[in-house]
Amino acid sequence: MKVIIKGGRVIDPSRGVDGGADILIEDGKIVSVEEGLEAGGSEVFDASGLVVTPGFIDLHVHLREPGEEYKETIASGAQAAAAGGFTSVCAMPNTKPVNDNASVTRFIIDKAREASFARVFPVGAITRESKGEELAEMGEMKEAGAIAVSDDGHPVMDGQVMRHALEYARDHGLVVIDHCQDLHLSAGGVMNEGAYSTLLGLKGMNPIAEESHVARDIMLAKLTGARVHIAHISTEGSVRLVREARGQGIRVTCEVTPHHFALTDESVTGFDTNTKMNPPLRSAADREALIEAMRDGTIDAIATDHAPHHLDEKMLEYDRAPFGVVGLETALGVALTALYHSGRVELKRIVEMLTAAPARAFSLPFGTLSPGAPADITVFDPDREWTVEPRRFKSRSRNTPFNGWKLRGAVAATWVGGRKVFQADQP
Amino acid sequence: MAFNRKDLLGIRELQAEEILTILDTAETFKEVSARTIKKVPSLRGRTVINLFFESSTRTRTSFEIAAKRLSADAINISASTSSISKGESLIDTARNLEAMAPDAIVIRHPSAGVPHQLAKLVSASIINGGDGAHEHPTQAILDAFTIREHKGRIAGLQVAIIGDILHSRVARSNVHLLTKMGAHVRVAGPRTLIPPFYETIVGDSEGSLTVSEDIEGALAGADVVMMLRIQRERMTDAFFPSLKEYSIHYGLTLKRLELAASDCIVMHPGPVNRGVEISSEVVDSSRSLILDQVTNGVAARMAILFLMVGREG
Amino acid sequence: MDFKLKSTVMNSAGISRALSRLASQIVERNKGTEDLLLIGIRRRGVPLSERIADKIEQLEGQRPPTGQLDITLYRDDLSTVGPRPVVNRTEIPQDVTDSTIVLVDDVLYTGRTVRAALDELIDFGRPRRVELAVLIDRGHRELPIQADYVGKNVETTEAEIVKVMLRDYDEEEQVIVVEQG
Repeated sequence: MKVIIKGGRVIDPSRGVDGGADILIEDGKIVSVEEGLEAGGSEVFDASGLVVTPGFIDLHVHLREPGEEYKETIASGAQAAAAGGFTSVCAMPNTKPVNDNASVTRFIIDKAREASFARVFPVGAITRESKGEELAEMGEMKEAGAIAVSDDGHPVMDGQVMRHALEYARDHGLVVIDHCQDLHLSAGGVMNEGAYSTLLGLKGMNPIAEESHVARDIMLAKLTGARVHIAHISTEGSVRLVREARGQGIRVTCEVTPHHFALTDESVTGFDTNTKMNPPLRSAADREALIEAMRDGTIDAIATDHAPHHLDEKMLEYDRAPFGVVGLETALGVALTALYHSGRVELKRIVEMLTAAPARAFSLPFGTLSPGAPADITVFDPDREWTVEPRRFKSRSRNTPFNGWKLRGAVAATWVGGRKVFQADQP
Repeated sequence: MAFNRKDLLGIRELQAEEILTILDTAETFKEVSARTIKKVPSLRGRTVINLFFESSTRTRTSFEIAAKRLSADAINISASTSSISKGESLIDTARNLEAMAPDAIVIRHPSAGVPHQLAKLVSASIINGGDGAHEHPTQAILDAFTIREHKGRIAGLQVAIIGDILHSRVARSNVHLLTKMGAHVRVAGPRTLIPPFYETIVGDSEGSLTVSEDIEGALAGADVVMMLRIQRERMTDAFFPSLKEYSIHYGLTLKRLELAASDCIVMHPGPVNRGVEISSEVVDSSRSLILDQVTNGVAARMAILFLMVGREG
Repeated sequence: MDFKLKSTVMNSAGISRALSRLASQIVERNKGTEDLLLIGIRRRGVPLSERIADKIEQLEGQRPPTGQLDITLYRDDLSTVGPRPVVNRTEIPQDVTDSTIVLVDDVLYTGRTVRAALDELIDFGRPRRVELAVLIDRGHRELPIQADYVGKNVETTEAEIVKVMLRDYDEEEQVIVVEQG
């Protein structure tokens, strides 16, 4: 079966492509990307006025299955991903049970295959039950299909354990993703420590709680030669540390979430618990530094940290509500609205942070429209305006800080391996 | 200026004119409280729920007396924090309260922002009776009333607020109110008990705010000295080495009080830790208005309930 | 809001004459000023009560004490009076128990204000007797209340408004009947 995506503007940063072209897909693979391809009996998708890119890759999602299927399942999460233009997502291990062994890893892969929306790549735990004590069976999980390890949400506090984890992960070719946070320095914190936490009487987390661990990880990466990826980088100081490390040739990559580059801690003033996440929304100066780091390439990827929570759990007192927000279905709209339409970051660079750069960071064979590559493709309308209505989400959860926002930029259709997994309703 | 708000969530949102309306109305109610029959029928048939998630005999009683002197039915619900840890969400709490059809809910809660969250969920007037370390607007109103009663004005006064600024909703509400009304506020305490950027919490106002760790500098020439309670139960982190050391370095003694203006008044939101943040001699001195604050609390809360519940039907 | 003038009921001299008449009727009926206490109902009842007290002093050589009552807290229509009402002070100069109180107001209409004033007064003690003096009685009572002393009875329709204008608050001094136009 052949499909032609015709008349779009093709942006493929993996090959430096940006221009009008048609794409021919056959047997799940990209056959050719050229101007003026003949339809010749293929199904035609009219992409005129739209942008055609490699399928987006999200290095950081929480799919909640196994264990908390009332918040999200692998199927609902993968479907939400497809609706957001993501064809590959990396699922964090903090499920119940924790993905700290090959059987959980296999379970996730099987479930994702059944659902057959976006591809799901499991991230294994660094330590058993993410307790930060004994190393998890990284080699087994790698063989079962895990592409990286992380104790996301439960950062490894013990420097020696982290050192051994990096050395061991390196042996098995696994990237180590770290949620950088000194749990002592940030103890009890529910938002960024700054003028707004003081105004609101809420306990703050000082940026140094993140930055001191970023610094530690960079030094350990240098020591061990392991690949370290800093999850959801959020402060000016963290960005500076990563920039300096890269200048010294240390192998460290990082990602930023849409909520961190679109919002600041000022949003907390209404005590809406959908502004509560970890790391917290930071100051306006931090937000500026993140945008600058996206422009200069210090930040590799945009990742959502999609963290579904049920309404009943989220509708608690601000200091008792769980951290986290959903993000898969708003990521593109928020990125284009906050970065592209505001004139801050070029469209090509935004696409790169959603495709080629995350693929490179985790050595994934996707994020490109090269002939022969799997036909993972996202088509979006960069100008279409829409209003965020959480009840329309494919995700099982509604906890978004962007409820009611008017966004500019919407996904039109998504293909995974040549199969259309999402198509937007006609406006 | 009329006061036209459904909720009283904090002082930060209020205009100076609105504060003035409350203070002026409170004067009327102080007169009512001096009558033999201290009760007027204005809120007859109205229901005020005092929903306290933190124990506080003083504030709850003050609101209860205020409601009763307005002839409203006052119902006290003391929800221990253990019952909310059973997992009732705020939505459920709100729905249950709505079902009782109250006209106003006074809420005290250990978490900042709960009054704001509830206000969006219920149609009754929400009055913040103290939320976490955020705001305690009715305390600030009664403090301002007491200051005005004794000093004849608020604008231009030098007010020192001393002690645990970090955990103090009383300090935060007072800083907002006093600067809006044109006073010059000096906040002082050990650095471990002053949150960062504290000097930025006030917007443009007639008054001013300075922050330091220099207690004696803050006291120098002050017209009003407000001491804050050291809440022993909140001193779980290493904020200072011992209560003894705290009282030596930061406590208000008669000797330190000599630094203040000769006609200065001393206030404390209570309950007082004698010999910790304030010495017994100061508490019992003629400068101390701590009991006036309690008396004025009823008048201030009557004014607030009257203005909020007695508005449109 | 525009008002259409229907008629002028009293001018300044007329008001003064009516108050003199009320003053003499009050001392006549009470046989002097002993135990007499005049209480004006805010707002315009207050200056009227002061003026009556002055006139009684001219007649008797002794000025009865005066007080003022703000009935806002005793109104039965708090929920319909619109934005938060302004509450003024009530000042009763002495114990009301066993005194003869003359409540003074400008216009007697539905009787609800007087009802509220009576309720409030009784919370201050147990007067031996309470009387009511008004400058204008315009009818349309909704409660069984009547004045003991009336400056002038004025026939009105419910659509009309009786405006008592006094120098204490207004530019002119007169009583007029207007209609909303």
